[in-house]
Amino acid sequence: MLNIAVCIKQVPDARTVRFDKETGMMIREGVETIINPVDLNALEAALAIKDGHDARIHVLTMGPPSADKALRDALSMGADQAYLLSDRAFAGADTLATTRVLAAALKKIGQMDMVVCGNQSVDGDTAQVGPGLAVRLEMPSVAYVNALELTADTLKCIRMTGHGHDTVLMKTPCLVTVIPSINTPRMPSLKGKMKAKSAGIPVWTANDLGLSMNDIGLAGSPTRVLNTFVRSFEARRERLEGDADAQVAALCERLVAAGVL
Amino acid sequence: MRDISKEGWRGVWAVAECHEGCLMPVSLELVSKARELADKLQTEATAVVFGHGISGAVCDTLMEYGAHVVQLVEHEALAVFRDDVFARVLTGLILSKRPEIVLAPATYTGKAYMPRVQTMLETGLTAGCLELDIRSDDRVLIQTRAAWGGNLFVNIVCPDARPQLVTVSPNVMIARRVVAEGRVERPEVPFEWLKSGMEVTESVHEKQDEAVRLTKADVVVVAGRGIEKRENLKLLQELADALGGAVGATRAITDLGWLPEYTQIGQTGVTVSPRLCITFGVSGAVQHTVGLRNIDILVAVNKDPAAPIFEMATYGIVADVNKILPVLLEQVKKIRCKSPA
Repeated sequence: MLNIAVCIKQVPDARTVRFDKETGMMIREGVETIINPVDLNALEAALAIKDGHDARIHVLTMGPPSADKALRDALSMGADQAYLLSDRAFAGADTLATTRVLAAALKKIGQMDMVVCGNQSVDGDTAQVGPGLAVRLEMPSVAYVNALELTADTLKCIRMTGHGHDTVLMKTPCLVTVIPSINTPRMPSLKGKMKAKSAGIPVWTANDLGLSMNDIGLAGSPTRVLNTFVRSFEARRERLEGDADAQVAALCERLVAAGVL
Repeated sequence: MRDISKEGWRGVWAVAECHEGCLMPVSLELVSKARELADKLQTEATAVVFGHGISGAVCDTLMEYGAHVVQLVEHEALAVFRDDVFARVLTGLILSKRPEIVLAPATYTGKAYMPRVQTMLETGLTAGCLELDIRSDDRVLIQTRAAWGGNLFVNIVCPDARPQLVTVSPNVMIARRVVAEGRVERPEVPFEWLKSGMEVTESVHEKQDEAVRLTKADVVVVAGRGIEKRENLKLLQELADALGGAVGATRAITDLGWLPEYTQIGQTGVTVSPRLCITFGVSGAVQHTVGLRNIDILVAVNKDPAAPIFEMATYGIVADVNKILPVLLEQVKKIRCKSPA
């Protein structure tokens, strides 16, 4: 039987984000959380392999206790077992410290044949965790994968290159990061939802994973946020008022005058 | 954790990227930036270039744009991009020469091997930097990138671990020719560095005409989450066609699979500099707007009057995209038909 791991992240749902009119900053209250969208594609890629092979799908996330919800959503789609990596000491982790926790958890679960991640999260926006994790698991990795096919112990990937695409073969065990166009994630089944509701999800702390406090969270992160700042733009900021016809007429008049229309 | 103390790490590196023997423009942008940082640190700028069949002209160009040293790593095993091999070779070179800073392109390739390098070196890596500067009192690299949500930027530092690694998107830094002389070094590559767990069996080079057209377009029409319906993309494309422009998107739209990956504008996508940019349903989160550079006229259509995009827009229209888009398309077509070709 194949063991496939899918790493997911719970992120703020951009659709529920509102901005402060004065500062332009995000208003945290009322922001809902979802599974990072491309992580659903990663899960779907694993489920598609399971459709054709004898496989067990392990889904894991590092996050606060509330990330339990994201794991149950993944179980309802068809994942077999979920694991929550949760510890106050994990907070403030950059990508390097995050891969230590994920790698320790995967080693505890057992030997994986394949690890699938979304290429990047909407909030962190780095695309660093997947390939970094592969190094810790001593696996080859292919990023920006747009198609996957497993035959015996060979995984065939189509990956984006910026000039077109490559066909890449890897022997398992290996890791891939996928992009949204790889597939359309399935909807949870009713049976899946029932199963997810009652599923036991182990919660592992740094201690459970045998991790030293110096290697995790902020303490284990080489990077630091120095400061954040807002940049004001020099813009004309003219609001065009009225109904749609009036607004469009006013805009076209200005664009014609500027010589761009 | 492996101890990488700050002592003995000197020099600024830029990793150059070649495609079919030619330097990608981002390589020159990074070399020029590396030179600027090296000058501030009173140290050397080095360009590292990997591949097979790289001509002497490539090295000359890298020196013209600021490299004091070109580390040329030529091997047939580097003819195709294999993530594990590139990462191991770069890591090996870094450990032998100990640069304090390494800049790599935030291309599909760079973003795939740099996290492997980061992990092997157990150091920091900051993705998609927009600005880089040196803190003069302690030689620390200040790395600026966009934060999630709102119009917030963040300065990141890697105070203790070395080297300081960053990726930088194409079209962000400026390539500058300098009068400079340099030298080429050809480091030996041990056989173990070239072992790979992967095989590239085919490389298809599609002409991504649309992608190139977007980065060079005079007019760009941008689709954001607020367009709500996939059908609206057809109207946006018609509008772009009528204006002789191209359609771009925010991450929300490419994540939905509504438009291809290469249309994504922003920190981890492309950077565009059109004369006219019209955004529909774009909130204006910095992760996206940093991809809009040197735009003469920015028009924003969004129904949320508090959307940050209005802060940077030349003209703002607070309205439902579904109401404005058809009317604007009709008007633009009318005006375009009237004007002589």
